[in-house]
Amino acid sequence: METISTLTFALMDAPFEASRTTTVLRLIDSALDKGCNINVFAYEGAVYLPFALQEPHANAVHGHDVDEEDHPLPREWIAALIDKAEGKGLTLKWVNCGLCVDERGAHQAIAGVERGSPADFWKMSVGSNNTLVVGTN
Amino acid sequence: MKVLNIISCGYRATLEEQDDTIVWITHAIRGAGADIDILLRGPATNYVATGQKVSPISIGGREQKHAPDIYGQVASLAGKEAKIFVAAEDMDSRGLKREDCLPAAQPIRTDDLPTLIRGYDAVWHW
Repeated sequence: METISTLTFALMDAPFEASRTTTVLRLIDSALDKGCNINVFAYEGAVYLPFALQEPHANAVHGHDVDEEDHPLPREWIAALIDKAEGKGLTLKWVNCGLCVDERGAHQAIAGVERGSPADFWKMSVGSNNTLVVGTN
Repeated sequence: MKVLNIISCGYRATLEEQDDTIVWITHAIRGAGADIDILLRGPATNYVATGQKVSPISIGGREQKHAPDIYGQVASLAGKEAKIFVAAEDMDSRGLKREDCLPAAQPIRTDDLPTLIRGYDAVWHW
């Protein structure tokens, strides 16, 4: 019987600030394609990645209205990854650092996002085949 | 699982956070039972320098009385038996003398890093 691998990611960057975030979400997407369960611990600014109030906007410089611009939102990518995991019978556990949420007022997260602590990150790491930390600068 | 946390970015948001957030999470994870040490490099090398102090700041009419104590935060970690490694070349380039640093800090040269890292199950570079 094939063993399902579990990977844990720790993220720190706030949305719309670093290409690292997009890269990690693409890595998670690929890992789901490979049949991996995924844990994510969002630390500091990364707790705003699944913030439910993110809204797309038009872009006059691009000459696009809101539909033409099709502005990407991290919350939509994360929701899509959670749906993808469920569709494959896998798990994508997303934990926001609770203190980081409090100090930023980032309480309104999309469905499926949990509140936790560094202890949860430790437990997820111990239970994983590997952990990738993606810090910020 | 034995983990080495490598911290490169020094003094990132320390006034807002009242600490270094990676040293903080290292404390928190050790509290959860982790066997975890740190390696300071780059600007974070200065965390072990003695005599550093952050005076209270005032922005507008709002005075911030509780300033971060990063040296104390690292010293406290050493007090919990975490090993504190510091990149020796980064100490040299900053003019940091061994006698002016946290006694528990262990300078380590780049050539010795592979041997050090082999002693850990995981290395997390923040």
